Amino acid sequence: MSDLIRLSAADLAAKLASGEVSSVEATKAHLDRIANVDGAVHAFLHVNAEALETAADVDRRRAAGEELGPLAGVPIAIKDVLVTKGMPSTSGSRILEGWIPPYDATPVRKVREAGMVPLGKTNMDEFAMGSSTEHSAYGPTHNPWDLDRIPGGSGGGSAAAVAAFEAPLALGSDTGGSIRQPAHVTGTVGTKPTYGGVSRYGSIALASSLDQIGPVSRTVLDAALLHDVIAGHDPHDQTSIPEAWPSMAEAVRRADVSGLRIGVVKELDSDGFQAGVRQRFHESLELLQANGAEIVEVSAPNFEYAIAAYYLILPAEASSNLAKFDSVRFGLRVVPEGGGTVEEVMAATREAGFGPEVKRRIILGTYALSAGYYDAYYGSAQKVRTLVQQDFDAAFAEVDVLATPTAPTTAFKLGEKLHDPLSMYLNDVATIPANLAGVPGISVPAGLAPEDGLPVGIQFLAPAREDARLYNVGGALEALLVDRWGGPLLAQAPDLSTHELMATEEGVV
Amino acid sequence: MSEISAEQVAHLANLARIALTEEEIEHLTTELGQIMQAVEKVSEVATPDVVPTSHPIPLHNPLREDVPADVLSVEQALSGAPEHDGTRFVVSAILGEEQ
Repeated sequence: MSDLIRLSAADLAAKLASGEVSSVEATKAHLDRIANVDGAVHAFLHVNAEALETAADVDRRRAAGEELGPLAGVPIAIKDVLVTKGMPSTSGSRILEGWIPPYDATPVRKVREAGMVPLGKTNMDEFAMGSSTEHSAYGPTHNPWDLDRIPGGSGGGSAAAVAAFEAPLALGSDTGGSIRQPAHVTGTVGTKPTYGGVSRYGSIALASSLDQIGPVSRTVLDAALLHDVIAGHDPHDQTSIPEAWPSMAEAVRRADVSGLRIGVVKELDSDGFQAGVRQRFHESLELLQANGAEIVEVSAPNFEYAIAAYYLILPAEASSNLAKFDSVRFGLRVVPEGGGTVEEVMAATREAGFGPEVKRRIILGTYALSAGYYDAYYGSAQKVRTLVQQDFDAAFAEVDVLATPTAPTTAFKLGEKLHDPLSMYLNDVATIPANLAGVPGISVPAGLAPEDGLPVGIQFLAPAREDARLYNVGGALEALLVDRWGGPLLAQAPDLSTHELMATEEGVV
Repeated sequence: MSEISAEQVAHLANLARIALTEEEIEHLTTELGQIMQAVEKVSEVATPDVVPTSHPIPLHNPLREDVPADVLSVEQALSGAPEHDGTRFVVSAILGEEQ
């Protein structure tokens, strides 16, 4: 395996800046890796044919002495929920198959302006509805730690791409945990910024009051560097926060947990979580405590209502957002036999173009918003949102950050929960509260569960606009754990060798 | 409250403009009933004294000057359409024969 693909984005950026490595070399190494392993991992839905050209352009600009950003020349994978000019954007759905958007989403534009090289678009659950990528219309992504297991979702493609060394960085979106839960099950890092911290312009909306775009990476510093590139005000997004952000990368470089008060949410430290997940969670806390942090137990009694509220708010907003897929302006058009009115064409198109989970949630949302039920369902869910926010407010009055396991279990087997929507929804029990309250969260690798040898993440949550605290505590913990492990967790991941891949293709594995 | 009938699901599908099959309606009727039963949990704590929150971060409506901006050209806007005539989206008849 080429050493270039093993480098962190920060280290690769340093080699690019010093001229030791060109962006063309780095990009080529990642494209080769994709060609070698993505048949088995299936992290990508589309590989950018112009990647090497973009890389060559960055190299030329660097050679000409142009001042470039800290991640210039570094390749990046982009979740297919973000629209990309010149690259297909499907959001994992058949209804958008072949659509090439006429513009870039703001985070994509910023990444391009930073001189980063888009490698392609990553797989996801259709319209980001799911926790396993099994709801992608284009087939599931496989977890690089065990190809029979889920890579998390909805952003399983971005997490797997990073974990399989197909890209050093990726963009994700997080509506109820779609960045953090995939990070947890793949031994990678993922951040959901404060709501409004990163523009959603050009992000194919799932639930507008919950969606947030964020970084996916192998190290906390890399996530911070990418966060610094994509964050900031955008007049194209009405919910974009106007104030400037401090440097997240600086927070990692100065990471220090002495005196930091960390609250453990007792409702999310329960028997409902797998033993190995809790074990690594508590070991991480002990390590932080040994290095000066203070661990405090806090209570968030309304978090247990968060999933119920989420599965009312999300389908309601999604049913409205997905109305735009009407067979008129973009994507698929299916005309019923013998023709039909515009409404009949629309209904036939949506029947053919949407998968089962999307239909389930649209119908659920339409029900929750229908006359006579609105107050009982959507209205009540919005009240729970207030209660969850109050729990956060009370907790953050006592502590600087909160800590929870990121998800209840390690990666489950593909197919295991596919036909049990309620059990699939429970994956997001620890991640959903942050979306309901708009607060930022990060998942950082905490080790491997002893019982199954699969990755486990720890989640930190901070008050709104205090994203830098996540990078401080996450960066500090990562440094301590990497020291204890003698190297990054992903060094322990199986090597996706050619032999293994051929066996997979032949159906032996 | 969570009793949902197949007729209701068919009606919802019509409102949502999805031509579900009979089989899908049957499945969804069962699943929807189960899911609604689970999410009704919100009513345990959503008492009249709690103020609803629609949006996680308090924001005001940002306004801007009404001036032409750098937006998509007609050609770009039509570029992804299943059918267009060069200046407009083309759709089939709005009304059916019996309307």
